[in-house]
Amino acid sequence: MQRSPATAPTIARLIEAFHRLPGIGPKSAQRLAYHVLRAPRAEAEALSEALLEVKDSTRLCGVCQNITDADPCPVCLDPQRSDSTICVVEEPLDVAAIERAGVHRGRYHVLHGAISPMDGVGPEDLKVRELLARLGDATVEEVILAMNPNLEGEATAGYLSRVISAMGVRITRIAHGLPVGADVEYADERTLRAAMTHRVEVDAQRGDD
Amino acid sequence: MPRIRPIRTEAIVLRQRPLGDADRICVLFSPTRGRIEAVAKGVRKPLSKLSGHVEPLSRGQFGLAHGRSLEVITEAQTLDSWPALHEDVDRMTEALAMAELVDRSTDFDAASGALYQLLRHSLDELTTSSSPRSVRWWFVLRFLDQQGYRPELDSCVRCRNEVGPEGNGFSAVDGGVVCPTCHGAGVGQRLSSAVFRLLRYMRRSSCESTARVRVDADASAELERHLRLSLEQALDGRLRSSGFAESLARAETIGRSAASSATERVQEEQEHAAI
Repeated sequence: MQRSPATAPTIARLIEAFHRLPGIGPKSAQRLAYHVLRAPRAEAEALSEALLEVKDSTRLCGVCQNITDADPCPVCLDPQRSDSTICVVEEPLDVAAIERAGVHRGRYHVLHGAISPMDGVGPEDLKVRELLARLGDATVEEVILAMNPNLEGEATAGYLSRVISAMGVRITRIAHGLPVGADVEYADERTLRAAMTHRVEVDAQRGDD
Repeated sequence: MPRIRPIRTEAIVLRQRPLGDADRICVLFSPTRGRIEAVAKGVRKPLSKLSGHVEPLSRGQFGLAHGRSLEVITEAQTLDSWPALHEDVDRMTEALAMAELVDRSTDFDAASGALYQLLRHSLDELTTSSSPRSVRWWFVLRFLDQQGYRPELDSCVRCRNEVGPEGNGFSAVDGGVVCPTCHGAGVGQRLSSAVFRLLRYMRRSSCESTARVRVDADASAELERHLRLSLEQALDGRLRSSGFAESLARAETIGRSAASSATERVQEEQEHAAI
């Protein structure tokens, strides 16, 4: 990013810091920097404290590898959740999304990425070893693979299913098909194929819930 | 400033990488325009109409407009989605290796119809072949040929004498087979007569015929080694996707050993509890 002589070096440094964040372009970085400059000192202090705190006090949960303040994390400690099912996801944000939907009452495991063969990202770069260590005892009956339905997700699911099936644990993969609100007309071949293959019986009492 | 007209082209999607919060950069391989990097806007949003049409290892018809630094995909229609390459991880691994070879060997605006047809035909074959790795071997031999690295299989690359079926070596650095005399002098790696015959057969046969040849584990490992070294010469580096192939080959062993060490751990815990 080019520095203007009209911008004070300290502000330019802040603009550059914001610009390094994902999704922040040069204009947004400038707006954020000047917002911080004009904001009350207490607001700037709260922001800097929050930034430092997130670096100092968060760690990975020793069980599910999600980002947490306490190890084990609250989800792993929750006695109401079932130990027999582990939902494996790529990123911590995926746990948050599934929790928001309230559709899984078992445990989680976060891989922190997906296998990307053409970028040289392999299973050894993910939290796979930690997952296998959890599957050893007979408590876990099912592993749900909740990877994204793209090439990296499919490579990851393919690899994990091969490893885990050798351990004798049941493996399932979340279904994929048309998202709510989508148009059949614009759907691609593979999505339609998956939607047709995994179609469900319509319950006459409940409609197609 | 003259206005640049948008273009329409058929292409195979070789790979993708994220851009910003919602976009992806797609690497397309077109028969008339070579390798194109194009932005697919909004494809990481759930309701994107474009996302399913720009997935790697698919063939489609694309509309491209000139953006500030990269092309922008304005429309896409899938022609071949090759579902088997996405559903079967072994086929996917072979397809990714082929896509990486094309990605690393082609340039922007370098028309390469022959290489496009080779990749398209090989991906077609890969969806149904009973031997996915044979399809890749067949592809690699022709890929090397098209890139100007055709392995010499008739005469010794050192002394130019015609070679017989036994006692030869293979030198990826010199680009082909080495006669028993030169191999005896330390040139090249051992080339078994089975792999030598297979290489010659693959060169003159169709992909389908090659897939029907039974290859034992030793010959397969030897052939993989010769082809890998030849590709490293051609690409001046190692294929990144080969690491995944190796991981996948070890997957079952890793699973079994994880299961047995867990059983041992449980037994130890039970014994400890009994004491």
